[in-house]
Amino acid sequence: MFMEDTIAAISTAMSDGGIGIIRISGPDAVKIGNQVFQPANKNKSLDKMPTYTAAYGKIHKDGKIIDECIALFMKGPKSYTGEDVVEIDCHGGVVVVKKVLETIIEAGARPAEPGEFTKRAFFNGRIDLSQAEAVMDLIYSKNEFAMESSLKQLSGSLKNKINSIRDKILYEIAFIESALDDPEHISLDGYSDKLYEVVKEQKAEIDGLLSTADNGRILKEGIKTAIVGKPNAGKSSLLNLLVGEERAIVTDIAGTTRDTLEESILIKGIPLQMIDTAGIRKTDDIVEKIGIEKAKNAIEKADLVLYVADSSSNLDDSDFEIMDYLKEKKTIIILNKSDLDKVVGEEEIKEYLHKDVITFSAKEETGLDELYEKLESLFFEGKLNFNDEIYITNMRHKNSLKQASDSLNMVFGSIEMGMPEDFFSIDLTDAYEHLGYILGESMGEDLVNKIFSEFCMGK
Amino acid sequence: MAHITENYDVVVIGAGHAGCEAALAAARLGMETIMFTVSISNIALMPCNPNIGGSSKGHLVKEIDALGGEMGKNIDKTFIQSKMLNKSKGPAVHSLRAQADKEAYQREMTKVVFNTEHLTVRQAEVTELIVEDKVIKGVKTYSGATYYAKAVIMTTGTYLKARCIYGDVSHATGPNGLPAAVGLSQSLLDNGIELYRFKTGTPARIDKNSIDFSKMEEQKGDEEIVPFSFTNTEEDIKRDQISCWLTYTNEETHDIIRANLHRSPLFSGAIEGTGPRYCPSIEDKVVKFSDKNKHQVFIEPEGENTNEMYIGGMSSSLPEDVQYAMYRSVKGLENAKIVRNAYAIEYDCINPMQLRSTLEFKTISGLYSAGQINGSSGYEEAGGQGILAGINAAMKIQGREEIVLDRSQAYIGVLIDDLVTKETHEPYRMMTSRAEYRLILRQDNADLRLTKIGHDVGLISDERYEHLLWKEKMIEQETERVSTKMIGANKKVQAFLEAHESTPLKTALSLADLIRRPELSYDVLEEIDDERPGLPKEVTDQVEINLKYDGYIKRQMKQVEQFKKMEEKLIPEDIVYEEVGSLRIEAVQKLNKFRPRSIGQASRISGVSPADVSVLLVYLTSQRGK
Repeated sequence: MFMEDTIAAISTAMSDGGIGIIRISGPDAVKIGNQVFQPANKNKSLDKMPTYTAAYGKIHKDGKIIDECIALFMKGPKSYTGEDVVEIDCHGGVVVVKKVLETIIEAGARPAEPGEFTKRAFFNGRIDLSQAEAVMDLIYSKNEFAMESSLKQLSGSLKNKINSIRDKILYEIAFIESALDDPEHISLDGYSDKLYEVVKEQKAEIDGLLSTADNGRILKEGIKTAIVGKPNAGKSSLLNLLVGEERAIVTDIAGTTRDTLEESILIKGIPLQMIDTAGIRKTDDIVEKIGIEKAKNAIEKADLVLYVADSSSNLDDSDFEIMDYLKEKKTIIILNKSDLDKVVGEEEIKEYLHKDVITFSAKEETGLDELYEKLESLFFEGKLNFNDEIYITNMRHKNSLKQASDSLNMVFGSIEMGMPEDFFSIDLTDAYEHLGYILGESMGEDLVNKIFSEFCMGK
Repeated sequence: MAHITENYDVVVIGAGHAGCEAALAAARLGMETIMFTVSISNIALMPCNPNIGGSSKGHLVKEIDALGGEMGKNIDKTFIQSKMLNKSKGPAVHSLRAQADKEAYQREMTKVVFNTEHLTVRQAEVTELIVEDKVIKGVKTYSGATYYAKAVIMTTGTYLKARCIYGDVSHATGPNGLPAAVGLSQSLLDNGIELYRFKTGTPARIDKNSIDFSKMEEQKGDEEIVPFSFTNTEEDIKRDQISCWLTYTNEETHDIIRANLHRSPLFSGAIEGTGPRYCPSIEDKVVKFSDKNKHQVFIEPEGENTNEMYIGGMSSSLPEDVQYAMYRSVKGLENAKIVRNAYAIEYDCINPMQLRSTLEFKTISGLYSAGQINGSSGYEEAGGQGILAGINAAMKIQGREEIVLDRSQAYIGVLIDDLVTKETHEPYRMMTSRAEYRLILRQDNADLRLTKIGHDVGLISDERYEHLLWKEKMIEQETERVSTKMIGANKKVQAFLEAHESTPLKTALSLADLIRRPELSYDVLEEIDDERPGLPKEVTDQVEINLKYDGYIKRQMKQVEQFKKMEEKLIPEDIVYEEVGSLRIEAVQKLNKFRPRSIGQASRISGVSPADVSVLLVYLTSQRGK
């Protein structure tokens, strides 16, 4: 929203192969760049570099080297955004690029909002006024996408957790504010001790989320990929093959995968969030029924579906039911068990479901390369609804959690300094807002509503 | 039949707290002004609680005073008890509240309005607006008289189609049995103004001779009295104070109420208006907070020359017989004689979304409204809007720049911004939690924030303004002095610190650093400050607050800076939102409905996302380039 701070984002599509570029723009671009970039030639640090030159060096964090890279400096106003811009070209690889970005954020940059580089370029006169409409479209679509992917990434449990923390913080703010508004009814005597405990608990919750955010378990990443197929078609074997470990329970008994399993993997630099699902077939088994419901849900949520069909047995009602669900979905058909006698061919299945088919054998591990290529081409042709935005969104989530945690720290500070209670609610409110940002919610009338619903106010 | 026709600059409809401030401001700015009231003996009537100020409302009164209004001066003349609330909390939430002698308050305000040049006071019911081509031309009264004017300010309070209700009794009257204004609502509707129906209520008044005060806790005023008006000092207004009394409801009270709920017009559906949540009736409290076995009841004198006591905390619209039973169940009120019944009141008000931040209607040029008609509640909220409407009507007529106070400048700004950008569904009360920059919007610095504006407008005298400039300079100089004056770790200093349970010095510290210590203050430090100039409290208080809360204040100032940038990006009034590509449909609808004045205001409308705001900014920039 405001143009005074320095922003950063990954500005290339993620891949394991090519170069990953991270762009930093704003008044502190050089300062922040200098903190993380160590030039091979000492005289080539960013603050000494002439505009439009590059230097070779290393990105380091806490004394450790993260990557070798080339840093480019473009001085404002003659840069893409019109501000000082530093670009770090890393060796790529999703993990490394992300790590570098994190380092830059920790050094003081803010994760860029969707479309923010372009917006800055526009406001700084680097983009012609006649292109305003295109800029607006870009901001609009990027934000729509960011919102969509942001919400997609929030699992129900994470959302509940953040909501619960917010609710507890809001209650405390409402209590303080009620007492300030109606001091003759509500007393704050001895309250700071109680608040200290609440803040401690909630801060621990947030810090817990932050630590899991670091290893990527909670803020899940990647293209949501569902593996579906009727029981015993080989879904779990495929997943295990992709993941490279015995993750799902594989047996010969149909219906062993009772729940959905999730696994994040990287294929050719493309992050996939795999969802193995229970086989879809008509069943009376209650446990299995729930699994099938989940599978249908997974298809709905998935960006990509890998449909595993058994080429050694005839297509049956279950297959047709599954294919009905997949008509509108980005799908790759895995015709598994090519090691057995073929009953169903590629052409036959294509008649029902017009999608790419790969002949495959999980047992003999054939068809894997073809699958990888298919994924890669889908990804780089932009057919998959995914881009760097997901990474940035994550970074924003993490940043918001960090800021919420910092705000609660400030509350500790105020309590310890013996500040009056009205100062507590300043930072509590900030924490509440930072957490709300993850959910796309702001304070609005929340506080006033809470005050009136929880506390008996007024004469 | 011949009818009277007169010409004025400004017509003010209503002589309550909004009306008086509006009329005084307009007249003092040289506008020939006429103020109408349905009852000349009820100017500045306080129909509900007998006090002015309180949490965040005290801020409003201070701001009115800082701008050159009357409310602060008038309560300073007529208060019978004064209290600074939240004294143990931070300076931002210190709030002044004074019990008023209601009769004296009215009398003094009446004197002022009658004796103000350019101001005419007239008893008559205004029944019609004269509007031509979306421009206000004047008003007509019940008798058929026409008053032409360049601006009209509606401050009708709770009088529009008012109805007072208790039990199954319903009077078509305004507060205190005064005549309601029945005609104007229709004229508003005819002019395309959207109306809401709100309700509020008041408790009974009880004869003090029938109250046993020995069973209650006495509530005395403060020993140190802080004036509301920046033009007064403590010495100017010192007087003997009268006590209030505290008692409680009990289970018996609650049982009586619960047993008679079906007879309440609220629960039977006889009242259709929306009531406020912050000032619930006792029956609301008993129902909503059923786990509480008692509620506080404040017994407050209504004045020195009346026996009437206000029963704070027990407003009600239950029938008369239930009122008797419930009041008499309260300790100390066993033999209570009711002088006036409690009642609920319903009235028409406008949807304030129809107003600009100047309080002028978006669709009718020269028509303003202020106070309870805008869906607010409270004398102070009314007064704050009143003075702004009065100033802006005068500014418009004189072709000068209108005054909009933003959320970082004043509680009045927060109040008006909330009214015009948030969809209000209940009477709006000011609360300190509504002010996001409250560390800066303190009651003690209202003059530093607003008196310059008051002077620029013409409501503040040069003399008062000179004093403000002097004060600013002194604050700056003294802050500089204590920041640079170093205190060494000598024996005297260490002994002093020890005596005040403060950590001894290891190296020399500035005086400012010592002031920052929670256990020390500017005043105590006099002992070790040998060069202290004799400055008045109004200066030294500011020095101390600025230093003590420095870190927090600076953080908030930074936020204000950001906020201001967005507020200053004005949106042209003729913008066609449908033509702004890429706005979401919901945003277009909301923006069309509210028509915000600035990007900042747009961002506060629910349903307008940050992305919409970005898109709007890009659009505005591209339009300017054309």
